[in-house]
Amino acid sequence: MSKTILRKPEAFYDAFTRKAGDDFLTTTYCPGCGHGILHKLVAEALEDFGVQKKTMFVSPVGCSVFAYYYMDVGNVQAAHGRAPAVATALKRSNPESVVISYQGDGDLAAIGGAEILNAANRGEGITVFFVNNAIYGMTGGQMAPTTLIGQPTMTTPLGRTLENEGYPIRMSEIIATLEAPVYVDRVMLGDIKSIRQARKAVRKALEIQIEKNGFSFIEVLSACPSNLKMTPVDAQKWVREVLADYFPLGVKKDISATFPGKSKERHLLPLSEIPTILDIKESKINKDIIQNFSGKDFHEEIKIAGFGGQGVLSLGIVLSEMGMRHDFEVSWIPSYGPEMRGGTANCSVHLSNKKIGSPVVDRPTVLVAMNLPSIDKFEKDVMEGGYIFYDSSLINKAPKRNDLHVIAIPATKIADELGTTKIANMVIVGAMIEKLKLMSQEIVIDSIGEVIKNKKLIGINKQAIYKGIEFIKNLK
Amino acid sequence: MAKQFLKGNEAVIKGAMLAGCTAYYGYPITPASEIAHAAAKYFPRAGATFVQAESEVAAINMVYGAAAAGERVMTASSGPGISLKAEGISYCAGAELPCVIVSIMRGGPGLGNIGPEQSDYNQLVKGGGHGNYKNIVLAPNSAQEMCDLGMLAFELADKYRNPVIVAADGFIGQMMEPVVIPEPVKEVPDKKWAVKGTPETYKNVVTSIELDFHDLEIHNQKLQKKYAIIEEQEVRYEEYRTDDADIVLVAYGISSRVAQSAVNELRSEGIKAGLLRPITLFPFPKLKIKELAEKINSFLVVEMSNGQMIDDVRLAVEGKKPVHLYNRMGGFVPTAKEVREKVITIMR
Ligand SMILES: Cc1ncc(C[n+]2csc(CCOP(=O)(O)OP(=O)(O)O)c2C)c(N)n1
Repeated sequence: MSKTILRKPEAFYDAFTRKAGDDFLTTTYCPGCGHGILHKLVAEALEDFGVQKKTMFVSPVGCSVFAYYYMDVGNVQAAHGRAPAVATALKRSNPESVVISYQGDGDLAAIGGAEILNAANRGEGITVFFVNNAIYGMTGGQMAPTTLIGQPTMTTPLGRTLENEGYPIRMSEIIATLEAPVYVDRVMLGDIKSIRQARKAVRKALEIQIEKNGFSFIEVLSACPSNLKMTPVDAQKWVREVLADYFPLGVKKDISATFPGKSKERHLLPLSEIPTILDIKESKINKDIIQNFSGKDFHEEIKIAGFGGQGVLSLGIVLSEMGMRHDFEVSWIPSYGPEMRGGTANCSVHLSNKKIGSPVVDRPTVLVAMNLPSIDKFEKDVMEGGYIFYDSSLINKAPKRNDLHVIAIPATKIADELGTTKIANMVIVGAMIEKLKLMSQEIVIDSIGEVIKNKKLIGINKQAIYKGIEFIKNLK
Repeated sequence: MAKQFLKGNEAVIKGAMLAGCTAYYGYPITPASEIAHAAAKYFPRAGATFVQAESEVAAINMVYGAAAAGERVMTASSGPGISLKAEGISYCAGAELPCVIVSIMRGGPGLGNIGPEQSDYNQLVKGGGHGNYKNIVLAPNSAQEMCDLGMLAFELADKYRNPVIVAADGFIGQMMEPVVIPEPVKEVPDKKWAVKGTPETYKNVVTSIELDFHDLEIHNQKLQKKYAIIEEQEVRYEEYRTDDADIVLVAYGISSRVAQSAVNELRSEGIKAGLLRPITLFPFPKLKIKELAEKINSFLVVEMSNGQMIDDVRLAVEGKKPVHLYNRMGGFVPTAKEVREKVITIMR
């Protein structure tokens, strides 16, 4: 024989002292409202499972915004519709905890549609209680996505119509189509019997989280007598006979028997070890060599342009990386965005012994042109006395200006001879360092391996740089 | 000391992790996406959380959740995404949750373009969401500062239990520069008020609702007091050749670098120009500007917007000296030459 003990569950406060005013004994819920009943079912389960003190309850915007007056657990109040997002993070911060996301039908099915779908789809280890009372309670009885056809509300005074508002939405059925949710059920608070059924669902959902860290979704059809403008008894009857008719009760999905469970582990690396995972490499630079270069007074503004895929951006990065190894001031900026996707790319590099202002290059001292449009576009901008390096294997029209140093180099052809077109940009790097005498060839060659992503290509990149150097030497 | 050649957008992630940030929630948008890319690469290596959220709205509410749980947490976005985050940032401010939001400003309004602008100054500095609140706003002007101010952001967020915004423009995010990688912080604070799902914290509540007018007024007064302390203690700026200046340029972010080049050119022509670079946009270096207004002839604000920071400069100058504007919009970064010419016309 079981006996009934009349007391509140541990996880439900006896007196609601967080409430404003001085009445700490009655809840903020109207007589006959489903929220209070559901709170108690949840609180009772938390106590029975011994998880009260490791539970975090996310309350929504809606009538249950003040769930933290009642639930004696950790409480976080969320913005309208966003409880599943807040719950996602709470759970990921503390995977051992029990996280409840509690929402109304406006909160979950209207404004929060994206959050619930995606939290469910990710299979967050949380339990969602969805109170479907077919109306916006808190704001005074406006239409909810679950309001029934013909049901009058403040914003559908003549009743919801198909033409204007469409069909009421069945969230449980939608959630049940997703792969990740473990258990999806619709229950109601319609009479003693159905409340008992709801109690079972609540407990099962929480157990799935506690034991297997799985996602569950319990939709609870619930009465809102005040906004339905009915007595509590009539409102419950309406839930049983009308609401439950459109929203069929019962399990929509249950894979709890086969669900293997999700890990609750989170191992954060100690702070002191963070630098070890950030790809930080000390580069070993011979300070004696770079003194010969970094002492000079100079400022080069380099524009590098060509087709996407020619390694234009990486040519700039290699120059910059090498500049940094000479203790120069360096900046690199790409032309980013749609124009990159259009097939042409360019980047701007500053190398200087002075602090760099804007990283933009409007009047390059050096132009590297890897295709014809780049000559057409940038030749006119080059500073008097500046340099143009261009790939003469691809560009058959030499620059016209005669106040510049123009270096035609068949970079692509040289690269092809070495075995891959991809390293034409490195041939140009070699030509530039030989011609401009900005940097130590030794350092460039020695540290190219630190800069190239694909380590298998270090050798061929070095060869390409040598070829570029050689090409310039042979010009003399 | 290791030096690395990094994009601003990568540097801010390395800074964040060195500051003990253990959770990143974000949604991609150009020109901020490399922040998400770097977070996706490095956070899991540290056992930390990376989630690509379903929207910026979801992302900021995840930030709210992780902050409520006492974690050092961040997100990043650009104009349209920051607009979507506004409600959530207001909730963080209201609930006094420390968090870091990186905003890499692009061209607006609407979808605008992905070029650099500074047109979200008002959005970031004046709050941006609803209610009486302020973000602490840091304005890096180099990849190095993306890292360093990225770290500082977490310290300030926890110190004041307030959202901190790292406000940069597309160029500061996209640009690569050498960055000296700092040492990681020794420890992160233990937040007794947080909700962690533990016996020690289960009595805690995180909320921003205060039904009672009296209580909400008191809460607001408390927030205002906090902002006043921040204004007193956290103002940061850099001065460049202001000592004997006749005209002072005021600029932040990428504009400040252009302005500095312009100052150099002007000085070489004998024109006494200087630069004041606010590093904190809130708190704004009001007193410094007020002090400068006593001794210089005029100000020139250089901004990539319709002129937003200029309002704060004018407030600080209190009408004592003329405050001019040189601005570009649409994705253009002003050139030093343009700024120099503007100064010359003003001086004429
Ligand atoms: C962004 C935003 N929009 C609107 C509101 C106003 N609002 C508060 S509660 C609510 C509807 C709540 O209805 P429901 O989710 O069904 O919960 P119930 O009150 O019925 O429990 C609305 C629209 C808000 N607080 N925030």
